[in-house]
Amino acid sequence: MSDIGMLNTVKAAEDPVRRRLDSGPRGARPKRALSRGNIILYGTLLVVSLYYLLPLYVMIVTSLKGMPEIRAGNVFAPPMEITFQPWVKAWAEACTGVNCEGLSRGFWNSVRILIPSVILSITIACISGYTLSKWKFKGSDLFFTILIVGAFIPYQVMLYPIVIMLREVGNTLGVQLFGSLTGLVLVHSVFGMPILTLLFRNYFASIPDELFKAARVDGAGFWGILFRIMLPMSLPILVVAMILQVTGIWNDFLFGVVYTRADSYPMTVQLNNIVNSVQGIKEYNVNMAATLLTGLVPLFIYFVSGKLFVRGIAAGAVKG
Amino acid sequence: MAIADTTATDDRVADRPASAKKPMRLFRNLMPKLALTPMALTAVVVFLGGTIWTVVYSFTSSGLLPRLDWVGLEQYDRLWSTTKWIVSIQNLALYGFLSLIFTLVIGFTLAAMLDRKIRGEAVFRTIFLYPFALSFIVTGLVWQWILNPDYGVQGVVRSLGWESFTFNPLNNPDIVMYGLLIAGLWQGTGLIMCIMLAGLRGIDEDIWKATRVDGIGTVKTYVQVIIPMMRPVFVTSVVLIASGIIKLYDLVVAQTSGGPGISSEVPAKYVMTAMFGGQNLGQGFAASSMMLLGVVIILVPWAFLEFGGRKKRV
Amino acid sequence: MAEQHSVEIRHLDLDFGAVKVLQDLNLDIHEGEFLVLLGSSGCGKSTLLNCIAGLLEPTDGQIFIKGRNVTWAEPSDRGIGMVFQSYALYPQMTVRGNLSFGLKNAKVPKAEIEKRVNRAAEILQIQPLLDRKPGALSGGQRQRVAIGRALVRDVDVFLFDEPLSNLDAKLRADLRVELKRLHQQLENTMIYVTHDQVEAMTLADRIAIMKGGQIMQLSTPDEIYNRPRNKYVADFIGSPSMNFLDGHLENHVFKRGDLVMPMTGYEFAAPKVADRKATIGIRPEHVITGELVQGAPVKSEILVDVVEPMGSDTLVWGNMGDRPFRLRMDGNARVKPGERLPIGIDPSRASLFDASDETRL
Repeated sequence: MSDIGMLNTVKAAEDPVRRRLDSGPRGARPKRALSRGNIILYGTLLVVSLYYLLPLYVMIVTSLKGMPEIRAGNVFAPPMEITFQPWVKAWAEACTGVNCEGLSRGFWNSVRILIPSVILSITIACISGYTLSKWKFKGSDLFFTILIVGAFIPYQVMLYPIVIMLREVGNTLGVQLFGSLTGLVLVHSVFGMPILTLLFRNYFASIPDELFKAARVDGAGFWGILFRIMLPMSLPILVVAMILQVTGIWNDFLFGVVYTRADSYPMTVQLNNIVNSVQGIKEYNVNMAATLLTGLVPLFIYFVSGKLFVRGIAAGAVKG
Repeated sequence: MAIADTTATDDRVADRPASAKKPMRLFRNLMPKLALTPMALTAVVVFLGGTIWTVVYSFTSSGLLPRLDWVGLEQYDRLWSTTKWIVSIQNLALYGFLSLIFTLVIGFTLAAMLDRKIRGEAVFRTIFLYPFALSFIVTGLVWQWILNPDYGVQGVVRSLGWESFTFNPLNNPDIVMYGLLIAGLWQGTGLIMCIMLAGLRGIDEDIWKATRVDGIGTVKTYVQVIIPMMRPVFVTSVVLIASGIIKLYDLVVAQTSGGPGISSEVPAKYVMTAMFGGQNLGQGFAASSMMLLGVVIILVPWAFLEFGGRKKRV
Repeated sequence: MAEQHSVEIRHLDLDFGAVKVLQDLNLDIHEGEFLVLLGSSGCGKSTLLNCIAGLLEPTDGQIFIKGRNVTWAEPSDRGIGMVFQSYALYPQMTVRGNLSFGLKNAKVPKAEIEKRVNRAAEILQIQPLLDRKPGALSGGQRQRVAIGRALVRDVDVFLFDEPLSNLDAKLRADLRVELKRLHQQLENTMIYVTHDQVEAMTLADRIAIMKGGQIMQLSTPDEIYNRPRNKYVADFIGSPSMNFLDGHLENHVFKRGDLVMPMTGYEFAAPKVADRKATIGIRPEHVITGELVQGAPVKSEILVDVVEPMGSDTLVWGNMGDRPFRLRMDGNARVKPGERLPIGIDPSRASLFDASDETRL
């Protein structure tokens, strides 16, 4: 398989989004502001928008209602009496099993997973991408091809071997990797590697070779060129990589479930356990408050980062 | 060769003893090799090694622990005679087919509408894409609530006076996959819309002028001119959607937990249950190897179509 | 060694997979010489320069700079400075930062860096720009900074990789003159890669014309223009390019149909050249026209096809028999298409090549 070709396609998925979304609409110009076609067009878009907005609205109104009001009405009715009690309960009191500390524990677990995972995965990918674009050696492209093909392998295939690897390496080093946050951080770094490496490799490849050569003539070495020349030019791609990783890792469920234990579950896993627990009465308002709380971090990133997010997901979507 | 050695006429070519030896191949540029080690290890040990390991162990009788006890295709025989696996495959096929069609159609239609020089394009785009920022767990839980038979859509329509209205997908084995589909489309169509919109923006504006000069209608232009020109974008979209479909797991766990009964089980969930719930590793390995085979069947023809022709040109 | 060479290249080979980019290449460059590597794209000239700089590893062979074998040395340890086509300035650093980056890497003391940067800035007249970023500079200013970056490092050899190709025609001419002045002032060895023969002819002490990873001819510009060693070099140098006519050499007389040209005054490579099939090359600007045709050693005529008045001179595109034939005339010559134009040829200024191996006779 020609990996260059694959890369171009993958890059093509990302590149045009970045460039073309900036260029404004291009279709045929609408004739009049209120033609029949326009009414249909805007009407359709508004109805579709309602479908997309509905769940967000439902989450918000449900989380602000008391349980009696929920039982009396329906999911779409706005709250008659706003209460923040469900939010407090979801954050601090909701139970998973015997544990009743609320989602806050999952939140802090997720933060503790997120920060080292983002730093580690971006560091490794940045260095790998830099090596693959400017310091190629015999065989380096082969590793990269394996990595990219690996991105398309279903995670389920690699889950168990990684359990064994974490356990064995942990035993050898005398630290607990499987079932700990450290292990999960490593797993996130491993699975983030294909797309991030691709992202950095393509970015560094777009920096002219002559700049790299000039720095070598000026006596800068492998790390000197990376830190003094390349990184100062790489802010946009670092931001894209961060958006990609923060949303991806925050939203992860599968790896959290497999590689951590109950006391270190990330927020998504804890949320699912709270909402789908079979014991007790279903407190829909608390459930929706918890759901919304879990979604707040990626939503915040999304609304703040705008077009960079689009670049990030367009690149990240390729991740198998 | 009279041409090649002309340099010798102007200047004496004197051989000097080589004072610097060529350094050993392995140690030249050692730093790049060290720097690439984590990535190379990941690629070879985790991705390649892990995949081979799982496929190899799928031919063993591994139960609670992996054991190299060969049983040939026994795990696969068992897999394909297990109702839950068959249901999983059927569910995935149905969900996959509908999800692919609807995502492409909705994604393209929305993109085409946003490309009509409308007001508030950025607002609409933001609205269509935000679900993609949310996890499948959040998606599944919200839709579980909206589709709640008592308080959700069914309850609302009934309270408006249509007492016999029935729409309860999450508790009806026959239509539960459609319940998942509604949530899945809500979460994923925005991305495809974005990619399609980028593809539309990439089409030369002169094409639109030409079709207008030729008097071709808007819909006809899209179908006969624009869509064929966007083939690469569609191919990328299909690959993205397809690889997402095979991963389908979190959404099911959150929205239906595979129920009612086993009516919304999917292969990824089957693997997880076998490996981490049922102490039945061999089944898990066999099932995940089947998933891998599925990916290969989808990806190899795509890779062949995309890169087979290009290679010849190089 | 009797004579001090600045750069010596011995049996250099470079393969990219199956492609031989450089083949057994030998080259000696004198101390203080301005050497131009000239050739069309893909001839290996930039590859050779990158090998000298240490940016590419040769497959085989040796490179010496100032008598030291640097074949495997790091680029920064070779005593070279390099100027690139795209300027390759570090965009996030100021001009001062760009100039001092190499010195900082070499751990040169601060005061010394300051001194050298100021001196280079003075020589290149870029003092007012020192605190600007490259993005705020014009193309010409950027290229000066790029030259300055090589200048501050106090190197033995300057390497230029098509440094003027990204500039517009007028600026290119200005900087060309400045480069020549700089070379006269600094007296460093300079190796300069270009595909522009005007740059090569005007700047070079010697030109190495390359093709297929080998040097076709290494000589002074004058020698290359007047006595090209083979047909490729003859064809490559000069614009419009040389006219070639196939024929026979019999007893030092070139014959082609009714064109009979005794090669009187022509310097043959050997006292007696055997009879053979040969090609004669005549530069368009060496064709004798007008009243001078009467006194020319050999006379002929061409059928005029197209006339291009250029102001300073006139290019005439015509045919001699069945062969196209170009010539350059005075700017105020009056020639019309379809006209039969008498011409004269001076064999002493022509070039004669063997028809089969295309070497100069």
